Amino acid sequence: MSLSFASTRARSAILSRLRAAGPVELAAPDVAAYYATAAVSAVGALRERFIAQARGWRAEVIEIDAAGWPAALASVLAAKNVRRLMAGRDTAIADALPSATRDLALDWYDAPIETLKPVLFDTVDAGITTTLGGIAETGSLVLWPDAREPRTLSLLPPIHIAVLREEALYSTLHDVMQRQQWAADLPTNALLVTGPSKTADIQRLLVYGAHGPRELVILLLRMEATA
Amino acid sequence: MSAVRPAADPVAFKDNARLVLADPVLRRGFRGAMDYLADKRAAQFPDGEAFEALRGLGEHIRKRALSRLPDLLDQLEHALHARGVKVHWAEDAADANRIFLEIARRHDAPMMVKGKSMVSEEIELNHRMQEHGVACVETDMGEYILQLDHDRPSHIIMPAIHKTKEDVARIFAEHIPGAGYTEDVDELIAIGRVALRDKFRQAKIGVSGVNFMVAETGSLVLVENEGNGRLSTTVPDVHIAITGIEKIVEKLEHVPPLFTLLTRSATGQAVTTYLNIISGPRREGEKDGPREVHLVLLDNGRSQAFTEERFRATLQCIRCGACMNHCPVYARIGGLSYGTTYPGPIGAIISPHLLGLESTRDLPTASSLCGACGDVCPVGIPIPELLMHLREAGRHRRPAMQQRNALKGQGAVRSISEVLAWKAWRLLYSNGMRYRLFTWIASRLRALTPACQGGWTRSRTPLTPAPRSLRERLRSSRTTATHDTREE
Repeated sequence: MSLSFASTRARSAILSRLRAAGPVELAAPDVAAYYATAAVSAVGALRERFIAQARGWRAEVIEIDAAGWPAALASVLAAKNVRRLMAGRDTAIADALPSATRDLALDWYDAPIETLKPVLFDTVDAGITTTLGGIAETGSLVLWPDAREPRTLSLLPPIHIAVLREEALYSTLHDVMQRQQWAADLPTNALLVTGPSKTADIQRLLVYGAHGPRELVILLLRMEATA
Repeated sequence: MSAVRPAADPVAFKDNARLVLADPVLRRGFRGAMDYLADKRAAQFPDGEAFEALRGLGEHIRKRALSRLPDLLDQLEHALHARGVKVHWAEDAADANRIFLEIARRHDAPMMVKGKSMVSEEIELNHRMQEHGVACVETDMGEYILQLDHDRPSHIIMPAIHKTKEDVARIFAEHIPGAGYTEDVDELIAIGRVALRDKFRQAKIGVSGVNFMVAETGSLVLVENEGNGRLSTTVPDVHIAITGIEKIVEKLEHVPPLFTLLTRSATGQAVTTYLNIISGPRREGEKDGPREVHLVLLDNGRSQAFTEERFRATLQCIRCGACMNHCPVYARIGGLSYGTTYPGPIGAIISPHLLGLESTRDLPTASSLCGACGDVCPVGIPIPELLMHLREAGRHRRPAMQQRNALKGQGAVRSISEVLAWKAWRLLYSNGMRYRLFTWIASRLRALTPACQGGWTRSRTPLTPAPRSLRERLRSSRTTATHDTREE
């Protein structure tokens, strides 16, 4: 018996059993109404909440004005002794990267992973990505990988550096989902990232850097110049 | 190191439980872990009213999804198909394993890496693939430790809570080439990370479970902390996701409330490190991600639970494990005692549908009906009520009240002596004269009561009829009272 035939048969058997149970009338839940009561909207409040939460999850947050971030990046890279940084081409941050990485090697993620595995798995020290937004409630980043900025850029290198603009802060996951209309056009892999990867699988002892990055650095670009 | 290894068979439930109860190391481990998880959860829900509001929403979302289940599955299949994901349907474990094997053969893959998936445990994927020469490597740290040690998970969220760091040190030193013996947890995780990175790099196929499927967008949502789920679903050329047909929600906006209920109830975290929303294979021009994505939808008894309205709530479950963490029985006997994929209160109500009541007959009795599981359930499953229904189903061969069809193995607990005992009880207690005669005789013959009364006297004093029945005592005291009044 061919596999697809077996699957088709299983499909109709399962669905007919489910349909035989008869429909139950139940109105759709009003999710928006639930979140409407909890909205925080002032930018300052969002920023403070985001920073406190992200730091609580062991992310490093560096507040910097939009013009000064390449310099801030350079000092983060130096402090962490990063010798090879990887980035995606043609992103909003790409143009500024060469100047921030004069003292180290900058790799572009411009070939398929099959070719880049040795670099990604063995030699790159850090990956830098843009973000689509931040969530104040939980200190989470929204990542939207695409052809320019692949999924593994924020996953395989031991350090993940993310650039987040203050204007892109939202109060909750529901808020960002609705206002950016995610349901209309999801990428192949949308991500929420909150802190570095971690595990407590051995005797409930928390260890960072389980399978993903050991460190997460967030460059938070302020709208007004920081003092 | 505890040497106790309960049997992987629910029939052995009582023997397993006895074995674990006699092991102080295991008992300390479970007690400590359960208290820790219960405290962490409580800290996440400080406001009872706020919790009820969120839980009400979560319950509504799950109930709504189940109310439209066949339609939503249809919609999901279309949406996934449009995004280039291949959907497979499996009636049971054998069906599902055939699908995995066929894909592995087509890609000539000798090895798969696997993110945490309870459904893959349910179909015993690792063992079935092994039989056909395909290695299935667990990549969740806890599951990896267990696989190396040929052990089984004892908790659905923290699979290796029954292992100490000394256990892990020994297991790694023994099974991972080049790993020295260390009890430093940071070093142990680093060893696991390096060993598994190699597997991620080589594997052609990555396997994962799914936390929520979104019918509206055709998305598979995965919740995790370690990053192995992302690696399994991103690095290999092929991604196969497997889950039960009930793990579906109608809209993308239904995910946030369930996500927050899940993480806070499971580990007491407001959020996990990753929320991974997968909507299709690598697109033209993209540089990573699997070139093929498959979804295996497993029934395996779920549609049976669905057709019975009184059991349908079982399918609302989002697998957080809070019911286990708060169960006084689970905290003492641990997850391995149940002998099933899903242990604890949720296991006791779902396993009879997956395996039939014949082998799982004892599981619904593994509860004091204290109600803690129902109190903490983030999607409002009335677990104690369902346990009662299953106990009833175990005793009636024919479908009982409000039940359409018999469960597999329905009536498994039915015993002639019990039926006769209840018949006799009804006979004696439904007629005043018979009842008085019975209590008169029982109280006169109380000296003949056996000292050993089966299970009852194992930890309790024997039941003995009173010297006189209440009725007799009342009558004699009333006579005295009347007499006294007259004296005055």
